[in-house]
Amino acid sequence: MPDIRNYTMNFGPQHPAAHGVLRLVLELDGEVIERADPHIGLLHRATEKLAETKPFNQSVPYMDRLDYVSMMCNEHAYVMAIERLLGIEAPIRAQYIRVMFDEITRILNHLLWIGSHGLDIGAMTMFLYAFREREDLMDCYEAVSGARLHAAYYRPGGVYRDLPDRMPQYQSSKWHNEQEVKRLNENRQGNLLDFIEDFTNRFPKHVDEYETLLTENRIWRQRTVGIGVVSPERALQLGFSGPMLRGSGIEWDLRKKQPYEVYDKIDFDIPVGVNGDCYDRYLVRIEEFRQSNRIIKQCVDWLRENPGPVMVNDHKISPPPRETMKGDMEGLIHHFKLFSEGYCVPEGEVYTAIEHPKGEFGIYLVSDGANKPYRLKIRAPGFAHIASMDEMAKGHMIADVVAIIGTQDIVFGEIDR
Amino acid sequence: MANSLETLRAELQERFADIPFKADIAYNELTLEVSAANVFNVCQALRNRFYFSQLMDLCGVDYSQYGQADWETKQATSTGFSRGVSKGVPKKDIDSPRLAVVYHFLSIKHNQRLRVRAFAEGEPPRIDSVVSLWSSANWYEREAFDLFGILFEGHPDLRRILTDYGFIGHPFRKDFPLSGNVEMRYDPEKKRVVIENKKYLTVSSEPLMTESL
Repeated sequence: MPDIRNYTMNFGPQHPAAHGVLRLVLELDGEVIERADPHIGLLHRATEKLAETKPFNQSVPYMDRLDYVSMMCNEHAYVMAIERLLGIEAPIRAQYIRVMFDEITRILNHLLWIGSHGLDIGAMTMFLYAFREREDLMDCYEAVSGARLHAAYYRPGGVYRDLPDRMPQYQSSKWHNEQEVKRLNENRQGNLLDFIEDFTNRFPKHVDEYETLLTENRIWRQRTVGIGVVSPERALQLGFSGPMLRGSGIEWDLRKKQPYEVYDKIDFDIPVGVNGDCYDRYLVRIEEFRQSNRIIKQCVDWLRENPGPVMVNDHKISPPPRETMKGDMEGLIHHFKLFSEGYCVPEGEVYTAIEHPKGEFGIYLVSDGANKPYRLKIRAPGFAHIASMDEMAKGHMIADVVAIIGTQDIVFGEIDR
Repeated sequence: MANSLETLRAELQERFADIPFKADIAYNELTLEVSAANVFNVCQALRNRFYFSQLMDLCGVDYSQYGQADWETKQATSTGFSRGVSKGVPKKDIDSPRLAVVYHFLSIKHNQRLRVRAFAEGEPPRIDSVVSLWSSANWYEREAFDLFGILFEGHPDLRRILTDYGFIGHPFRKDFPLSGNVEMRYDPEKKRVVIENKKYLTVSSEPLMTESL
């Protein structure tokens, strides 16, 4: 009888812990992983090629669909690339709005991460807690753009519109009576900034709740401490960025080191891990909750005091106001030209990178002077992270693969593009 | 930042005095253009001497239609709005190699970025792999091979990565149609999914590539 020791196991593509469509071919020796071979591309939509066939301004909504849990950050990198090629800069108020929504997005992303990571390795309650706060933040998205997820709010030259004066409110229905609706609408009486400020006041306590559930939890620590350790040297070699790099002890944050928009005027700290394991990366992300909250607070204060334009006043790039379009021939022509053939962008190439919740999200944009990009390359942070799966999982037990997928914060929209 | 880029360019010119290369600064970014034969040596020096410890991105670019417009005014309303290129952009020389590999490096020590471009020569185009220098190149090179058909010599495991199992062609080349060459459907007679060549022309916002060729 042959002595069979190694198994090859197929994990996914439809598996609740695969965070989407990951097919993982695992070679096992008993329960220990010898080799992990991720097969990606099941969600490949050729976003980059599609963008080559559309005017520059029409690809913004595609960016939302890349990393579909941190929508506005993706847009941010893309519009920044166009702005640099065009040589324009968004008005200061738009920059503050962008920073504020980038941080709201970071909290949104980390909330989903902590929920699903917890769910994967045995902390079911986290998911319910995380979605309670996500709801409020998605209401902010909705108030400002009309969409809860795919906002298309950032546009080349600024943001689509200024922050709304009043927050949408619940109405009573057969599921919610007057009294309940009144309670739900309590913090929605003012404008969007009031609502966000109320959130920032509540949120630190919520983060404390998450920490009570997890940080000292025995099961949580058994599942994460010493799992998926990456040394700083290997983290650099593997092209890590964001919390994955900081978890390994390298202090690197583009918001501080290569500040874009108004991050250089804002006060915040960068959390750094020590051991480079799943637990340290968890602590880094928890601290990023608190730092993002701090940034949002500062932005709210600034935005309250400083009204102003949120879009450049060049109607070759930004659409004219609705009234102008309806009443003025030139406005109508501008509007038509902008939304049909777009605008030509000067020849050149840029690489813009932002500190996305998952790491460095870069857009490499090549223009040959046309109204469509000649080549668009999206540098997704998750792509480099999942490429290290083999190295991180080797020698671990099969149950730790799930913890490693969780800690890498995998989302297939951006990896497969 | 601009000053440090000038300094870096001067240092690079000094270090690589014996090999031909171009170094341009545009949009506050430094781009190095080297030949495919030298790319490995240059990368090695960049990592060891200039502390570019991270390869952030590697991608292929197909320059075969660079600077070409297909602004068809007579069809503008029926096929949507096609590419218009502003005058004065030099067209790509037909004889020069079409596929380039573009590397983006990041130096954490000096807080600098650098772009390196190398045209892969031959058919199929070949270039040296840099996996032995940066592990992150592994999947990026697989992606560039998959989408552009660039062969990376010395790569340990050059398989397709993003496209389907059994896919034919390299979809990001400019002569590959946007809607693809094949379509998949369920054949009720054979009782299985079949893949066959496209029969019907899809309505597309861009003119089909075959028309312009």
